[in-house]
Amino acid sequence: MKDVNVIEIRDLTRIYTMGENEVRALDGVTLSIAKGEFVAVMGPSGSGKSTFMNIVGCLDRPTAGSYVLDGIDVATLDRDERAEIRNDKIGFVFQSFNLLPRTSAIENVELPLLYSGKHHYSDAEMRARAMACLEKVGLGKRWDHTPAQLSGGQQQRVAIARSLVNDPAIVLADEPTGNLDSKTSEEVMGIFQGLNEEGRTVILITHESDIAEFAKRILHFKDGKLVSDEVVKSRRRAEVHA
Amino acid sequence: MRKTTNTLKVAFRALARNKMRSILTTLGIIIGVACVVATIGIGEGARLQTENQLRSLGTNFLMIMPGSTTSGGARTGFGMANSKLQDADVEAIRREVGSVAYVSAATRTVAQVVYGNQNWSTSIQGGEVDWPLIRSWNVAEGQFFTDQDNRTAAKVCVLGRSVVTNLFGDEDPIGKIVRIKNVPFKVVGVLEAKGGSMMGQDQDDVVLAPYETVRKKLQGSTSVGTILASAISNEMVALAQEEITALLRQRHRITRGQDDGFMIRSQTEMLAQAEEQSKTMSYLLWSIAGVSLLVGGLGIMNIMLVSVTERTREIGTRMAIGAKGRDIRSQFLVEAVVLAVLGGSAGIGLGIGIQKIVAQVAAWPVSVQGSAIGLAFAFSAIVGVVFGFYPALKASRLDPIEALRYE
Repeated sequence: MKDVNVIEIRDLTRIYTMGENEVRALDGVTLSIAKGEFVAVMGPSGSGKSTFMNIVGCLDRPTAGSYVLDGIDVATLDRDERAEIRNDKIGFVFQSFNLLPRTSAIENVELPLLYSGKHHYSDAEMRARAMACLEKVGLGKRWDHTPAQLSGGQQQRVAIARSLVNDPAIVLADEPTGNLDSKTSEEVMGIFQGLNEEGRTVILITHESDIAEFAKRILHFKDGKLVSDEVVKSRRRAEVHA
Repeated sequence: MRKTTNTLKVAFRALARNKMRSILTTLGIIIGVACVVATIGIGEGARLQTENQLRSLGTNFLMIMPGSTTSGGARTGFGMANSKLQDADVEAIRREVGSVAYVSAATRTVAQVVYGNQNWSTSIQGGEVDWPLIRSWNVAEGQFFTDQDNRTAAKVCVLGRSVVTNLFGDEDPIGKIVRIKNVPFKVVGVLEAKGGSMMGQDQDDVVLAPYETVRKKLQGSTSVGTILASAISNEMVALAQEEITALLRQRHRITRGQDDGFMIRSQTEMLAQAEEQSKTMSYLLWSIAGVSLLVGGLGIMNIMLVSVTERTREIGTRMAIGAKGRDIRSQFLVEAVVLAVLGGSAGIGLGIGIQKIVAQVAAWPVSVQGSAIGLAFAFSAIVGVVFGFYPALKASRLDPIEALRYE
C-alpha cells in the first residue's frame, strides 16, 4: 500500500545546546508518510512537534538521522539548497496567514513563483497559475483584494492558494485554524480535505484533537518521541466544501 | 535576466506598499543631488562668465601694476620707494620693447557724472590713444579722443553704454557737455556695449577720458596708476613680460635678488588664476555635495534598517516559501538603490530647475553640465549600494524560523 512514500524519516534527532545543557527536542523519530495521506501531528507544547515541523519543512536540519523527502535526502542540505527544496516541494500554511500586507491576493499567491529556481514563468503564466489556485479555494472573484479587505478565513484561503501554486509534494499546515473561529476552522479544514481527496499529501500540525480528527492519521509526540501513530476511526467530515 | 526582473518586481512592489515613507526617505538624496547639480552648474556658469570677461580684456593683454609680486608670503603692500611707475616708464616701454605693440598709461577713479538734472556715479578711467586697441574695445558712435587731446589734457570723454542710458536716455550724447567733479567734459564718443556682468558688475558702466586729463583735472597725482600693454602676438606675451620686467628693473635700479616692486599680469595668467579659483570653488561645492549625499545615504540606511526589522516576518515568510539569502539581500539592496536612484533623478530635475532660475536672475550663461548629471546619478546609485548593503546583509542572514515567529 505504501509503495510511494513521500516522506521517509529514520532516527531523526534534533539537539539544541543551550549553554551547558543539551535539549533533545527530537529523539530518534522514525516514520514514513505515503503520497496522498492526510496526517495530523499532535502533542503538547515542548513535545517536539514544532521541531518536527521545522525539519519536515526544511527550515531546520536534524542533528542526526535521515530524512528523505520525495526521493531526495534533505537532511544534509545547506541553507540555499533547503530554500530550493522548500520552494519546489513544500507548501506552507501558517497560523497567522503570513500574507504580505497591502498586496493583492493574486500577488501574494504568485510570490513562490518569483523565487522558483527551476522554472521561469512569464507574467501571464504566473497570473494564470495563481488565479487557478485562488479559484480552487473559492476566492477567484476576490483576486485583487488586499489582506485587509479579507476576513481571517479568506486570508487563510489565500495562504492555502499560495501553498499550492508551486504544485508541492506536501502541504505543511502549522496550526492553520489557530486564529479562526470554529465555523471558519471547519471551512478551512474542508479545503484541506478537498485537496487531500484530489491526491495531495497534507501534514497538519495542531494541538486541538477535534481539528486533528479531520485528518486520516494522527501522530502523537511527547518529549521528543513519537508515542502513537494511529488511523482516525471516526473521521470528521467538513460540512462546508469549497 | 529573468531573475533580475523578478528582483526588481519584488523591490518595486515592496516600495509601492509604503509610498509615503519611500518618498520621505529619498528626500535626503533629492536635496543632495539637487545641490550637486545646481551648485556645479551655477559654479560653471560663473566660471564661464569670468572667463568671458577676462577674454574681453583684449587678446595679448598685459597689465603692469606697482606693488610686489610675492603672492605666497605676506608681502602684498604697494609703494616701495622706487616701485611707483613713472611717465618715463611708459615711454621707455613704448620705445624699447619690441614685442609690445601698444602701450597706454591708465588710471581710474570713481566720480559722479552730471548731465542736466541727471547724475550717475561711475568709474572714470583714464587712458591713452592706444587704449581701444589694447582692450579690443572700440567706439560705436562718434570717435575716440586723439593723442593731441591727451597731450593737452583736453576735457573730452567717451561714455560706456550704461552711462549713456542712465544720463541721456534716448538722447544723442555726442557733442553734449557732462560735468565730472564740476569739470565740464565734452562727449566725443560712445563705446561699444560690452555687456556681461559678474557679481553685479557692469562693464559698460564706465567713462573713458584722456589719461592726462583724468590725472591732472580729476586726480592731481603724478605717478602712473597702471600701464596697459598689448603684445604683438599671443606667442609674444611671455617674451613681452620678460622684456618689460628687465627694462623696468633696470630703470628702477633694482639689484639682483631684490623684489621687482611691480607686477605684470597677462590675460593668460589671469585666466589661469580664475581657473584656479574656480577649481577651489568647485572642490568646495563637491565637498558640500558629498556631505549631502552622505547624509542622504545615512537616511536610506536608517530607513532600510527600520524596514528590515519591521518586515522580519515578511522576510521569514519569503524564506519559508523559497527565497534564498541572496534573494532577500538583493531585494533590500535593490530597494535601497531604487530609492537612491529615484531620489537622484528627482534631484537632478530639481537641480536643473534651480540652476535655470539662478542663471536667469543673474543673467549668466546657463550651463547644464552633462558630467555633473552623470556623476550625480552614479553617486546616488553608489550611495544606494553602499548604504543599502548592511541592512540587506542583515536581512539575508535572518533565521527563517526565528523570523517567522517574530512579533
